[in-house]
Amino acid sequence: MVWKRVHMKVRQSAIRTFSSVCCYTSFTTVETVSYCEGEGRLVVRFPVSGQTSGAEPARCVRMANEHYLELKENPVQFEHASSVNNVFFDEANKQVFAVRSGGATGVVVKGPDDKSSVAFRMDDKGEVKCIKFSIGNKILAVQRTSKSVDFINFIPDYPHMEFTQECKVRQPLGQTSPFPPVPSVTLCVALQTKNANVLGFCWTSWNEIVFITDQGVEFYQVDRWRARRFCRVKLLFRCGAAGNVLKCGFQVFPDKRSLKLQKSQNINVNWYQYCPETAVLLLSTTVQGNVLQPLAFRNGTISKMSKFEIELPVIPKPAKLSLSERDVAIATIYGQLYVMYLKHHSRTPNSPGAEVVLYHLPREGPCKKSHVLKLNTTGKFALNIVDNLVVVHHQSSQTSLIFDIKLKEPDCAVNTHQPVLPARSIHPYRVSLSGPVVVPSQPPVPCQLYSSSWSVFQPDIIISASEGYLWYLQVKLAPMVHLLEDKGKLMDFLLRRRDCKLVILSVCSQILGGHEEAGLPVVATVFDKLNQVYKDYLEADQSYTAAMESGPSRGSTAQKRPVRTQAVIDQSDMYTHVLSAFTERRDVSHKFIIAVLMEYIRSLNQNQITVQHYLYELVIKTLVQHNLFYMLHQFLQYHVLSDSKPLACLLLSLESTYPPAHQLSLDMLKRLSTANDEIVEVLLSKQQVLGALRFIRSVGGHDNVSARKFLDAARQTGDQMLFYTVFRSFQQRNQRLRGNPAFNPGEHWGRPVGEGLAEVLS
Amino acid sequence: MLMISPKMASGVQEKQYTPCLLSFFIYNPTFGPREGEEEKKILFYHPSAVEKNEKIRNVGLCEAIVQFTRTFCPTKPAKSLHTQKNRQFFFEPEENFWMVMVVRNPMIEKPNKDGKPPTIEYQEEEILDTVYGAVVRQCYCMYKLFNSTFGRAMEAGGVELLIQKLEKFFYRYLQTLHLQSCDLLDVFGGISFFPLDKMTYLKIQSFVNQVEERLSLIKYTAFLYNDQLIWSGLEQDDMRILYKYLTTSLFPRHSEPELAGRDSPLRPEVAGNLLHYGRFLTGPTNLKDPEAKFRFPKIFISAVDGYEELHLIVYKAMSAAACFMISASVELTRQFCEQLDSLVGPQLTLLASDICEQFTINRRISGPEKEPQFKFIYFNHMNLAEKSTIHMRKTASVCLTSVHPDLMKILGDINCDFARVDEDEEIIVKAMTDYWVVGKKSDQRELYVILNQKNANLIEVNEEVKRLCATQFNNIFFLD
Repeated sequence: MVWKRVHMKVRQSAIRTFSSVCCYTSFTTVETVSYCEGEGRLVVRFPVSGQTSGAEPARCVRMANEHYLELKENPVQFEHASSVNNVFFDEANKQVFAVRSGGATGVVVKGPDDKSSVAFRMDDKGEVKCIKFSIGNKILAVQRTSKSVDFINFIPDYPHMEFTQECKVRQPLGQTSPFPPVPSVTLCVALQTKNANVLGFCWTSWNEIVFITDQGVEFYQVDRWRARRFCRVKLLFRCGAAGNVLKCGFQVFPDKRSLKLQKSQNINVNWYQYCPETAVLLLSTTVQGNVLQPLAFRNGTISKMSKFEIELPVIPKPAKLSLSERDVAIATIYGQLYVMYLKHHSRTPNSPGAEVVLYHLPREGPCKKSHVLKLNTTGKFALNIVDNLVVVHHQSSQTSLIFDIKLKEPDCAVNTHQPVLPARSIHPYRVSLSGPVVVPSQPPVPCQLYSSSWSVFQPDIIISASEGYLWYLQVKLAPMVHLLEDKGKLMDFLLRRRDCKLVILSVCSQILGGHEEAGLPVVATVFDKLNQVYKDYLEADQSYTAAMESGPSRGSTAQKRPVRTQAVIDQSDMYTHVLSAFTERRDVSHKFIIAVLMEYIRSLNQNQITVQHYLYELVIKTLVQHNLFYMLHQFLQYHVLSDSKPLACLLLSLESTYPPAHQLSLDMLKRLSTANDEIVEVLLSKQQVLGALRFIRSVGGHDNVSARKFLDAARQTGDQMLFYTVFRSFQQRNQRLRGNPAFNPGEHWGRPVGEGLAEVLS
Repeated sequence: MLMISPKMASGVQEKQYTPCLLSFFIYNPTFGPREGEEEKKILFYHPSAVEKNEKIRNVGLCEAIVQFTRTFCPTKPAKSLHTQKNRQFFFEPEENFWMVMVVRNPMIEKPNKDGKPPTIEYQEEEILDTVYGAVVRQCYCMYKLFNSTFGRAMEAGGVELLIQKLEKFFYRYLQTLHLQSCDLLDVFGGISFFPLDKMTYLKIQSFVNQVEERLSLIKYTAFLYNDQLIWSGLEQDDMRILYKYLTTSLFPRHSEPELAGRDSPLRPEVAGNLLHYGRFLTGPTNLKDPEAKFRFPKIFISAVDGYEELHLIVYKAMSAAACFMISASVELTRQFCEQLDSLVGPQLTLLASDICEQFTINRRISGPEKEPQFKFIYFNHMNLAEKSTIHMRKTASVCLTSVHPDLMKILGDINCDFARVDEDEEIIVKAMTDYWVVGKKSDQRELYVILNQKNANLIEVNEEVKRLCATQFNNIFFLD
């Protein structure tokens, strides 16, 4: 691994050449590490002092399922670095450039996907120091000297003939060459001043480029139209006596206006770091180098953010450059920009070890020290950001630590963080011996992890130049579940991860596994945490919907439909993946099942989330299964199970086993106030004809109701008085409504009403 | 009990006596079937000072009446015997075991002028069979709660043990019977539920579940606030009698220290317990006391296979009380009690203040408490929920009602009428004292309303009751 401590022999930060990496001393604590195939375990042998041989204790650590970091499958493969092949990496486009013989025998560009991969040839005009495409592979910039940068046009829709006519074209090597010749370097930007050196450059958009010299930065735009025809442009820097750039010009030939200076800043620069996602450039200034000046590039402008000073562990006397580029990284965590500073311990005996200090860089306002990550060890470290986690690789122990800056540590001072999990190494990885070309006959061999030839880039990239691999680092959530004892903390942690849903659901299933797993208080905490996220999403969605309905005209820019992340675990997720299976379990006491269901309902209620009917059904089903009717009755009495028609119907169906369910059901229908027809049906089915009639009259539905079913029900009772009463009641109604006691034709029940009456009365 | 009648007839003072307990006995006719062995039938007799022959005579009379009435209806023998001076109630809780309560009718003593002894007028129709019949049944249930059935005592230790148990239990229990204040509520034997919003209720659920999980010895839990039930893990019938015991006996005995100020000597020692207000109502009064005994009353509840014996731990913090029931086969230790105290105490204190807060909020929302024009008693047979605005708070000694006993009797009468038929009905009575009394029965619910509207007519009263139902009982299905 190109450890932060050493890897920058080369001064440009954006260019990292892999030919100049240092080797590391071998391990001192662990003697041998071997991986037992098939058994999935790592055998670590520790040297025992004073012991001769034979009885060497071997400690077997079952770690195979504990590797929570891994290298993603399908790495980007490229020709490994060698004496004839230089390798470069561009953080902005995530492209690896393999430049053979200065480009003369080909430049192979490999990006994260096939679309961003290009191969071409260019003139060998000396050793390439830095090579980068503008965003979208439109323009290639190549730096060969510290004074100049050359440009090559790759705008595709440009008619090739016209282009070649205007440019010096290298003759094609032959039809068989896989590398198409490219119009050779045509635009050259060079510094004329003797003491200003180009430290590097960064593309900030497809046609905007910023040069960083040791004396300042310059921000250029390649003209959209003229760029198509640019041929040779020479940029001239004119510097004042103090070394500051006073003026700069450029020679453009034939079109002088194809490169336009937008802005420039004069400042002494030691080194720089660039964050492509936010287009923020960080400059190290002053003699000690610990005053950092961030600059933000946006829409062709540079805006200066407030500068800040990094606290050094020791102030050197006399002053010299003390803040090294390799100890600083810039990255976005949880959507906020942070500068991470790897602070090595001062060599005092009671030093607690190195730490990573995070400086928050807000868009507006001053930058401040916000988090301290305790590494509790010393040595060589490298940093990655994966899924908003800060990953710290420690080379000598061959392990990595992860930190979550949002995880509150109760026993630490504010914003001081301990590693979330115990240190573990990256999951073993295998590569085929033959390198990029897969030879099926040869089995893949384990790749040496934490190798000294590794190079680490933000946010999550690890490159092995000597082997020709670019990996993306990723976190595996499943192994973390067993490493983090505190389930509440675990849930907080998981809810902030990207692909967390299945893991969260499996944790839920686990904690419900039985009493030894986790108690009710833990279950309650976990539910509360889940539902808090669920509620936040629902609220955001609701306010969005409300805003859309009220008309998109007002404040339309601010409203964006809230994204439903995987952390939103709704009721149906819980029901299908956790609760329904849980209630089926035979090895768990029903008391616990009911307690868990009630706990979930409580948590939903606490977050003002409407509980779905199927959860109530689950509660009722469980209670009924265990004959806990009185419990059910009490729940209904306190409206814990909210009223709904389906629930009322479910209760009606329970009447045969638990008679009071009938009353509960009727009460519920009454409260719903939209279920008057159902109430009438229930009463009629109980032959409470008068009751039904009185009820429908009390709710004012008497005028519209069909007489037929009442009369039917009355006839079935066989009570003649009752029938007569009902009949008269409807006659009176008809009289009142239509001035005539007769029934409408539709209200007969088979025979003319009068006839039926005569039969009953007889 | 002597009560001065409101009627003061021409300066001559009448003395009115309320009903009182004359005697109470339990016998089993099979224990002394032969002549000369009659005494063996008697298992318990109150007052015990009564001469043996009189005891035998009284028991014999009851036996004879029951036997005689059996000839008319073998399954339903006589339940009560009305005489001029008193009324006797018969109850056979277990086969061949009879409980008899003799209540003296209320009477009015009218002094005569010329030094003659005062004339006594017995009011034979004043007491209700249903009310006192229920009292006898309650006596049995209460005995059963603490001692299990008669039969079980017989199995365990024969007649001697049974007699001993009866003596021990009823000697104390009969003193707490206040026959003059028995009324319709005794017939219902209902449970008053504490009105609570869903969220607070769920919090209590959560509390109960978590305690039961942590202290896995606990088999059942009941939760009360302000002497009103919120949660019962027991089945309805067991809860009904336990509730009766808690609210009429245990809580009133312990209410005084709570009412007393913090520094009052009445307040139990709360040394070092400043974190919470929790304390044991049963068992040890002070956990810190090295002499403290960790013995709790035992209760019997019905289980699938007969009866289950449990320790009853009642723990209270402010107005919230939690009853924990633990299998009697487990020995309860100091350690357990301390664990319970430290776990439940703080949480219960917090819950109690939560409930109190929620309750006041709800009260504020529902508007200032207006003195309503009517008073009512509501009872639901299905969940035994009762609600009364007639009764004042129950205290250890008496149950105060805010209406005249005559009206209470009308309520009882209406209840008897309802009991006779299965159908829903409504009865409206105009009382002598210008009150209107309305009884409504809908499905399994009964509602009794007393309206104080002198000049109202029947229609107006009906309308008024409808309005009451619409406002007070809008969330239940009530036919009108």
